[in-house]
Amino acid sequence: MQFIIINQLDNVATTLKDCKSGEKLGDVTLLQDIKNGHKFAIKDILKGENIVKYGEVIAQASCDIKKGSHVHIHNIEGIRGRGDKQ
Amino acid sequence: MKNTKILGFRREDNSFGLRNKVIIIPSVHCANKCVENIAKLNPDSVYITHQHGCSQLDYDAKQTQMVLAGHGTNPNVYGVLIIGLGCEVISADNLAKNIKENTPYKEVHHLIIQEEGGVLNTTKKGDAIVKQMLLNAQKQTQSFGDWSDIVLGTECGGSDAFSGLSANPALGAVSDFIIEHDGSVILAETTELIGAEHLLAKRAINEEIKNKVYSTINNFEQLVLNSHADIRGANPSPGNIAGGLSSIEEKSLGCIYKAGSKPLVDVKEYAHKITQKGLTLMNTPGNDIEQLSGMVAGGCNLCIFTTGRGTPTGSPITPTIKVSSNTKTFLNMQDCIDINAGDILDGKKTMEEKKEEILEFVIKLSQGELTKAEINKQNDFSIWRLATTC
Repeated sequence: MQFIIINQLDNVATTLKDCKSGEKLGDVTLLQDIKNGHKFAIKDILKGENIVKYGEVIAQASCDIKKGSHVHIHNIEGIRGRGDKQ
Repeated sequence: MKNTKILGFRREDNSFGLRNKVIIIPSVHCANKCVENIAKLNPDSVYITHQHGCSQLDYDAKQTQMVLAGHGTNPNVYGVLIIGLGCEVISADNLAKNIKENTPYKEVHHLIIQEEGGVLNTTKKGDAIVKQMLLNAQKQTQSFGDWSDIVLGTECGGSDAFSGLSANPALGAVSDFIIEHDGSVILAETTELIGAEHLLAKRAINEEIKNKVYSTINNFEQLVLNSHADIRGANPSPGNIAGGLSSIEEKSLGCIYKAGSKPLVDVKEYAHKITQKGLTLMNTPGNDIEQLSGMVAGGCNLCIFTTGRGTPTGSPITPTIKVSSNTKTFLNMQDCIDINAGDILDGKKTMEEKKEEILEFVIKLSQGELTKAEINKQNDFSIWRLATTC
């Protein structure tokens, strides 16, 4: 197993090994190197759209995210516990 | 796992200790050094030190008292020596009295440095008391218990993206097993339920518990919001983020797996005694050691602690089994981690097999096998602070 999509509602998958840009995981071609345990987009995601993992909302996209891109703190933002936004 | 018996110490109130510790506790940080002196002379005893006990506002002092007393009353403890200074908010005699009232069958002693004429005199007297208690503790006979005697504290720390895929679901299966066998399980780390509260609330046995789930988690989040700080960086921590976790919601949704799937029967404040069979939510911070100390004070006699990045954490009195979420961390920190759940992701073990492996280890540790944290004498202790000192 090289990656896992936890829930069918998810728009991200988690890698189970260090992956290289250009590598094909399922029907997704990675656009960047992605470290083991990190997430990549399994579909195009628009800025402001919910990021879904475990079938639940984990964050919002802070910019447009192309299918195959690394999804992490550089392009998604947690919604909860954001005292800095108060 | 049927017909297998757990070995331990049946206390007079029917609680059950997997260990039979003699613990030395300072009522105030001014007594830390004296406690260390006595402990050095008695390597079979355990001790804690802390930075509290004086100049604390009443609600914070109450919390300190509750955590210290809870370490004395925990069923894994045979006897207690409290060392105080004499002028502090949390007095040694009051703390000793508190422990004795709740667990009258225990040996509870206290010494006050100002009354004994200094640290050397107190150390000498304390040494004699602890030596005698250790002898007395050895005379306690062990008896058989069962899974209903377990009060399991669940914990995850140094989480990574695999925690929610391997170690936490494996611990969740253990939690379900213990509840099916009439034991108690604690889910804590309120911070790490932010974003997953709706999943927990759905499992509440009634409206009152459901409302408590929401209010406990909302109140905690409000504390963060009121601070005007961004929770990210504190939780998820830099290590969590390096491990692939991007937000508190993502971390929470992985965390909650360790509580299995059974109904939530109770919600308790930090360090309050667990009184129900089944799953209880205890309101604690996500901070590993503050959480562990709170659960131990609540009577937890066993802790299972999942970790992605690896952690040495242990309690002075409650055996703490470390389960790694991935094989790399297990191999990297073999001196700290007891069980590898990474082999589930490696395709070598099923979740069911991992559950059995953890339960078998619990039986072994009840029969005397030590956890890695115990071997390392990883006697961690800290208290969730609520207010400033004055």
